[in-house]
Amino acid sequence: MSETLNLILKVWRQQGPADVGRFEEIDAKGIPVDASFLEMLDIINERLIENGADPVAFDHDCREGICGTCSLVINGMPHGPKQTTTCQLHMRSFRDGDVIWIEPFRANAFPVIKDLTVDRTAFDRIIAAGGYVSVRTGAAPDANSMPVPKEQADDAFDAATCIGCGACVAACPNASAMLFAAAKIGHLDSLPQGKPETRRRVLAMVRTMDAEGFGNCTNHYECEAACPKEISADWITRMNRLHNKAATIEAVR
Amino acid sequence: MIQPLTATPDARIPAGPLDRKWSRHRQDSRLINPKNKRKFRVIVVGTGLAGAAAAASLSELGYKVSVFCFHDSPRRAHSIAAQGGINAAKNYQNDGDSVHRLFYDTIKGGDFRAREANVHRLAEISLQIIDQCVAQGVPFAREYGGLLANRSFGGAQVSRTFYARGQTGQQLLLGAYAALEKEIARGNVEMHSRSEMLDLVLVDGHAKGIVTRDLVNGRIETHAGDCVLLCTGGYANVFYLSTNAIGSNVTAAWRAHKRGALFANPCFTQIHPTCIPVHGDYQSKLTLMSESLRNDGRVWVPKRKEDCGKAPDQIAEQDRDYFLERKYPSFGNLAPRDISSRAAKEVCDEGRGVGPGGLGVYLDFAEAVAEFGEDTIRDRYANLFDMYAQITGENPYKTPMRIYPAVHYTMGGLWVDYNLMSNLPGLHVLGEANFSDHGANRLGASALMQGLADGYFVIPVTVANYLADETPGAVTAGHDAFRETEKSVRDATDRLLGIRGRRTATSFHRELGLLMWENCGMARSRQSLTEALQRIPELRAEFWENLRVPGSGESFNQQLELAGRVADYLEFAELMCHDALHREESCGGHFRVEHQTGDGEAMRNDEDFSFVSAWEHTGDFSKPQLHSEPLEFDVVKPSVRSYK
Repeated sequence: MSETLNLILKVWRQQGPADVGRFEEIDAKGIPVDASFLEMLDIINERLIENGADPVAFDHDCREGICGTCSLVINGMPHGPKQTTTCQLHMRSFRDGDVIWIEPFRANAFPVIKDLTVDRTAFDRIIAAGGYVSVRTGAAPDANSMPVPKEQADDAFDAATCIGCGACVAACPNASAMLFAAAKIGHLDSLPQGKPETRRRVLAMVRTMDAEGFGNCTNHYECEAACPKEISADWITRMNRLHNKAATIEAVR
Repeated sequence: MIQPLTATPDARIPAGPLDRKWSRHRQDSRLINPKNKRKFRVIVVGTGLAGAAAAASLSELGYKVSVFCFHDSPRRAHSIAAQGGINAAKNYQNDGDSVHRLFYDTIKGGDFRAREANVHRLAEISLQIIDQCVAQGVPFAREYGGLLANRSFGGAQVSRTFYARGQTGQQLLLGAYAALEKEIARGNVEMHSRSEMLDLVLVDGHAKGIVTRDLVNGRIETHAGDCVLLCTGGYANVFYLSTNAIGSNVTAAWRAHKRGALFANPCFTQIHPTCIPVHGDYQSKLTLMSESLRNDGRVWVPKRKEDCGKAPDQIAEQDRDYFLERKYPSFGNLAPRDISSRAAKEVCDEGRGVGPGGLGVYLDFAEAVAEFGEDTIRDRYANLFDMYAQITGENPYKTPMRIYPAVHYTMGGLWVDYNLMSNLPGLHVLGEANFSDHGANRLGASALMQGLADGYFVIPVTVANYLADETPGAVTAGHDAFRETEKSVRDATDRLLGIRGRRTATSFHRELGLLMWENCGMARSRQSLTEALQRIPELRAEFWENLRVPGSGESFNQQLELAGRVADYLEFAELMCHDALHREESCGGHFRVEHQTGDGEAMRNDEDFSFVSAWEHTGDFSKPQLHSEPLEFDVVKPSVRSYK
């Protein structure tokens, strides 16, 4: 039998978007240190159901750090104390007797659905505004017809690795989605396939971001610190540059 | 007992030589006038590679598309977790690859249980997929000259795998997702996220709609269309522990099966050799370590049982058994998945496994680190090594990884013809959800290829062969069939909520999974399967008497979602065991202990079992009706699959 922990959880409970919500204290006894954070919540939920109580709602799916579904603020930090997704956080990061505060990703643009579950469809709408290359299926030239310098392809990958979890928004005092938008804009602008649409893309995505109620960047760098994929805030600088250029050209045309 | 064989419907394989069938079929396929295309509505369920690619491509052609996924966003589908890569016969490496060789490897890798015509089409289309993805901005790995890089991958002797670090599935899915969002923005695709398909609506035997539950508010809804595409993935979670996402389920496919769709080869499941071993009974999933690691890692266990408790660096070189290199010298650590998994199980069964419970083997990078340096290895596998370190608390640059096989992929699925249409007119099935092109075993880097081939390039051609004879919009959700199907969904939901027993859905799921792993897992026997066939109905009966689902149907209720999926697995598991019991041979991922050679290799029985088993639901889970589709091999002659 592996080592276990006794913890006290302070979990955000909220019936729906209209409910004001509150913290509920839950005893978490006998949690194996090798369990993941979400497995700890599974154990708690099994106990709640067995006792006739309402289990804690939280989003999760792949549990291997890539789908971007899990979304908890743990002790004030999106995805908790390690720079990884909640599903890849393990209980060995905590100590016996710890009090753990668990909240949803909070932002006006991410309304709470229930408890720790929020609606992040605003991110889909930002992508729909221009986070793609306008190429039809079947219209592509041979894949090797356009060489892309390795460094450029690696840069593109570093930005493209965004999992769309929303930790950047939850971490930002302005609930800004600029790291999310900048990562997609930077990914596509780094590649010759994406470049032709950069101007249109950056204007449309930034405007959609504003319309969805996300704030603006005031250089706190919390997003970069919270990002489980370690996406650099430099992409925001690049986006700002691209945006200024595009907005200027739009204004003088 | 099993009923006598009857034939499946016609697979509609086009006539002509193998390498001309697809091009000829494209020419012979029906066309629909652009003005009429926009009058048709196609329903797409699932937004993984197959679903997102199909929805985007059909919308580009002008069809109206309604898309459904149970996730909060189409970008979350589990295709995103595929790590290693995607195959294509580009022969950019000049190492002798060709469409024919990819076709041949896939047929052989599938242990001669796949259709030649489908597999050849897949190999042909592989070329276009890479072009398409690069054009979308998928950041594949590149060489310094700016051209695309390749690597070799489990079971292939050429370097034909394209990859994006260890996140190839993510990048391909984000490409397809972006294409889908582009069409949503254009107003041609209606997207319904957090919406789960709970039944298929048949009108005069044709698939004309679905019933869904809105997972946010619990509303049961009906949606009508001119045809339905199921792109809902595989059923590996019947084993509870698998590498699949927690939400992956068989529900859409199973409910279509209960409405009459044939389920083909359900016992063909793939056990992946390189996963992080199980560490506790609270565990919710198993994590895959991409088999690309086997390019640089060497698999071994101690030669002597007594050494198993020692730290790996305390075991001298001569006391290590590099069992894959020993048994399969020409493929070594790159032997196909089924072979490698079984070899790992064997050494663990002999008591030579390592780690807790003795269920693990080492995957050792010491030699690669010494040869190429830690930086190079980090460059190749950083995200995988980080993930391993997160989960186990060990540093794989210093200590060998411990790995063990885990259920990863399911080759079986709903039966489809060459047009990807099931036996129910209008119901098309794409990607892992169909019984596919992988026969009894899938080769690494082939799932992404198939999902995208089906979605981008096959269905946009073949769906017209069905739609061209249909009147667009002829059926609406006002039809009686929708009301009846909706009512049966409501009744089923009420039934789950009304049991008010004592056990959670997860506890049933875990028990079923263990039963399946032990009785219908890596090694199956008449005895183990007979036992499972007795215990599954008992467990199912207990489920329907003793399940506890908290909350109501009219709200966000994750336990209710889970209960419905577990209910389906409890029925589906029985069919899987029937299929495994009926198939008296060992082939690919299906290993029957009664059918093996003296040295423990799988023994296929081409004489009696060279066919696709397609099962019909009869209303009685203990008596499914078997249909068979004979497999004919005109180009590749089935041989004993040897990787020695």
